[in-house]
Amino acid sequence: MKMLINVPESVVADALRGMAAAHPELTVDVENRVILRRDAPVAGKVALVSGGGSGHEPLHGGFVGPGMLSAACPGEVFTSPVPDQMLRAAAAVDSGAGVLFIVKNYTGDVLNFDMAAELAEDEGIQVAKVLVDDDVAVTDSLYTAGRRGTGATLFVEKIAGAAAEEGQPLERVEALARQVNESSRSFGVALSACTTPAKGSPTFDLPSGELELGVGIHGEPGRERRAMMTSGEIADFAVHAILDDMTPRNPVLVLVNGMGATPLLELYGFNAEVQRVLSQRGVAVARTLVGNYVTSLDMAGASVTLCQVDEELLRLWDAPVRTAGLRWGV
Amino acid sequence: MLDAEFFRRWMTATAASVDREADRLTALDSPIGDADHGSNLRRGFTAVRAALEKEDPGTPGAVLVLAGRQLISTVGGASGPLYGTLLRRTGKDLGDAAEVDETRFAEALRVGVDAVMQLGGAAPGDKTMIDALVPAVDALSAGFEAARSAAEQGAEATTPLQARKGRASYLGERSIGHQDPGATSAALLIAALIDAGADTAGE
Repeated sequence: MKMLINVPESVVADALRGMAAAHPELTVDVENRVILRRDAPVAGKVALVSGGGSGHEPLHGGFVGPGMLSAACPGEVFTSPVPDQMLRAAAAVDSGAGVLFIVKNYTGDVLNFDMAAELAEDEGIQVAKVLVDDDVAVTDSLYTAGRRGTGATLFVEKIAGAAAEEGQPLERVEALARQVNESSRSFGVALSACTTPAKGSPTFDLPSGELELGVGIHGEPGRERRAMMTSGEIADFAVHAILDDMTPRNPVLVLVNGMGATPLLELYGFNAEVQRVLSQRGVAVARTLVGNYVTSLDMAGASVTLCQVDEELLRLWDAPVRTAGLRWGV
Repeated sequence: MLDAEFFRRWMTATAASVDREADRLTALDSPIGDADHGSNLRRGFTAVRAALEKEDPGTPGAVLVLAGRQLISTVGGASGPLYGTLLRRTGKDLGDAAEVDETRFAEALRVGVDAVMQLGGAAPGDKTMIDALVPAVDALSAGFEAARSAAEQGAEATTPLQARKGRASYLGERSIGHQDPGATSAALLIAALIDAGADTAGE
């Protein structure tokens, strides 16, 4: 497997050095692995800190900036960051208004953020946490680690980020983040496995004529494997899986997210099919975002996330944002 | 009696064993996880070894607390907090004692294992490190050798189980037929007690 890297051990550090060079509006602490808004801490503003394994770019470092995250902690590839990183991030961005940790529901992320929250509170930093668990492909949460956090993370970070930017207090920002998570559902499909730099070969075996329905963002298997389907058939399956779990009464935000190796040509075509299914099911669409936002290294495939929004959530979604990976209204 | 030197050797022996077996741990993690268990633990125990050389903690408890803190700070994923908690809580339970006997060590290790179960929410049979650690603690009163066999058998017994915790749980029935990498590394930790003890006998 050919990769544009030096050695697997330095992949994350090399990426952070490159990110620092490309984005002078960020402070990138390569040694301690923290990406910060350059103007943090912002007086009176609740700080948002997220993080997780690397390999999902632009999540989370690409979403640091005005209107979204205050800091991000990138872990090793597909491995959660460590509490030291989150503590350092929280201390750097807290203005005294408190910090919201946005945590995807994976065992490692949850445990490390829990430990970091304890450490931060010991240092007098007020911390709230929101757990993102939007993936409907995981149905039986009694016998699994629970629903995974995937595409809805972007909605949570954007909407809570806008509320924090307006100066709303921690408990309100936290409540909005929870509301966004509870209003969001995702479903992903993989057309190929991804390859981690450390392993150098595909993390699972997916024959060329098959696809994995309900895949996670680390290539974790989902519901079932089938013979390859058309874009329209995949959209039918994914959107119905979501709507089996949620009946939106309000318009939805739509995220058609690429897993890393699927070109925009295909993603836009897939979005056309997603919009067709939503229209057939009578679901109104407020806004749509198409692109690679929550990726899985070089995996081919896509995920669909819907978030049911009221007027306030929509207003916060539309609010200006200025980050490496998401930017509008400024 | 087991002194700080013994616990230091235990950690060093674990580090050597994790180094040796890292590829095997990663291979076990490949079909049911994301193929990084070996490299993550190796990073952690390398840090443990470096910290023990630098700081020289003087009691059994201090050695384990320091090692646990290093793992939490360097491993990441679920393994960092879980292994870190195991060693830290065991060390805290040992307190300031300059030496402990094997019975006292077994009691403290049980406190550590209980803390891991509480933190991760896993019980025996969930196909996790607990499946090696619980039988090991139960067997520890009969000596290190008995604990080693119990841990290894516990790790092997995870093969037919369906994972209920961690990333492997998403595989459902497809996790059956693979030995759990966490239980396997936990067995390495327990087996390293023999290496640490053998050195004592030779002194």
